[in-house]
Amino acid sequence: MASRLGRKLFGAAMTGATYAAAALAILPLAAILAMLVAKGAGSLDWNFFTQPMVPAGETGGGFAHAIVGTLIIVGLACAIGVPVGIGAGVYLAEFGSGTLGWLVRFVADTLNGIPSIVIGIFAWTWIVRPSGKFTAFAGGVALAVILVPIVARTTEEMVRLVPNSLREAALALGYPRWRTSLQVVVRTAGPGIITGCLVAMARVAGETAPLLFTALGSLYVSTRLFEPMAALPLQIYVFATGPYDEWHRQAWAGALVLIVLVLLLGIAARIVTRGRRERA
Amino acid sequence: MSAAPLTLVADAEPRLAARQLTAWYGAVSGVRDVTLAFQPNTVTALIGPSGCGKSTFLRSLNRMHELIPDARVTGTVLLDGHDIYARGINPIQVRRRVGMVFQKPTPFPTMSIYENVAAGLKVGARLPRTEVDAIVGRALRQAALWDEVSDRLHQSALALSGGQQQRLCVARTLAPEPEVLLLDEPTASLDPIGAARIEELVHELKREYTVIIVTHNMQQAARVSDVTAFFYLGELIEVGPTPQMFTTPRRAQTEAYITGRFG
Repeated sequence: MASRLGRKLFGAAMTGATYAAAALAILPLAAILAMLVAKGAGSLDWNFFTQPMVPAGETGGGFAHAIVGTLIIVGLACAIGVPVGIGAGVYLAEFGSGTLGWLVRFVADTLNGIPSIVIGIFAWTWIVRPSGKFTAFAGGVALAVILVPIVARTTEEMVRLVPNSLREAALALGYPRWRTSLQVVVRTAGPGIITGCLVAMARVAGETAPLLFTALGSLYVSTRLFEPMAALPLQIYVFATGPYDEWHRQAWAGALVLIVLVLLLGIAARIVTRGRRERA
Repeated sequence: MSAAPLTLVADAEPRLAARQLTAWYGAVSGVRDVTLAFQPNTVTALIGPSGCGKSTFLRSLNRMHELIPDARVTGTVLLDGHDIYARGINPIQVRRRVGMVFQKPTPFPTMSIYENVAAGLKVGARLPRTEVDAIVGRALRQAALWDEVSDRLHQSALALSGGQQQRLCVARTLAPEPEVLLLDEPTASLDPIGAARIEELVHELKREYTVIIVTHNMQQAARVSDVTAFFYLGELIEVGPTPQMFTTPRRAQTEAYITGRFG
């Protein structure tokens, strides 16, 4: 009976350990959110979302320029990166069984692991330096480079999950291969692909390093793609490292807005995936 | 007894005819040297134990076999007298004329009932909406599904039962008006009621189509077919009118299979 008791104790201890590990895993997120709310929520008001920053020393002003900038730059990154990423993912899943497929997969995985600051330097070398100025466009391209491998690999996995019987059914109806891939396979994998795109968006929305050498930052609300543009991570960086208490408070608020944005994208991704499970 | 399979004497111009057809998977042949003709408005059942090559043979008749990596076909298949394996023949055109229904229902999950039936029309010439409506209605009636779905054409096809989904797949295959209908064990995943509906359907469909059905169920073959072909180990052993095949088969292997001694 002693061994049975020992077994039960061991089981309980291990179960407890997994609970502890799970709690530990979510602790950082909880702590970050709590701290951001505590330090940043006080500075959130209507002006924060509608006004650009004011000169140092003056009170008031907000992060409108940075919020608009982030939306534009991330939007641009998606406009460039999502079609390329989905196309590459479909290629990998549907046609990429040969050497080229292996190579693309290898490059995508390598690209996924490259530190984002290196991608920033890359965009600076190839876009900022030749054109002679920092631009939102260069920032969008840098983020797109980060986006593509994530979207491609997620798309590949989602497309692989589509049963082969659907491909055969479409081909037997006289669909050409490309039409089968686009109108049946990609549509069926659609929710999973959208989820992958949202997750990738959330990832790049918080990137700071690639924007340092590209979009640079700006003091004003700007929608011009070929001028420097503010972005939330950049503005947080500038304000957090600045000397004024007011800036620090606003940096906390900016960080809170950024985290909430990322959380919303994550929740949207969950909803899209759940919708698929219910239909399937 | 001769070495060649005992074949049915053709009394009409065949719609579809395989001549010395051999289907390969790499260096291995799944079907060897099959010569078999299919008459219009006739249901032909392909029977035989698992792995005998009847599905492979069926998939060679609409050029689906070659979609498997390293798979190929030698010999000829004549559709209205023209070899579908001749150079310059587009397999896509062949598949539009020789429709196929699979073992498991395969409705497209993102499409509504209506869109599923109309799916095969998209690849042809663009049709006016009213014409598509008419074709969808006709195909659903032919597939004996219209009464059950006419009030919910724009709902997801996945809400249908398995048997309804299979009839939807039949309707989808019929919509582009193929000449030949290949059914690959169409009732294998259905309950007896669903299977009975499909069998009734096959009876109706032979009035307009040449139907070839692969089945594991010998009662089904006896009920629905006019001609039965028995395959064993990749070869066509015997073919003949169904009543004769089931009462007085000429080959010992056929008799052994039909009476349940193997397979």
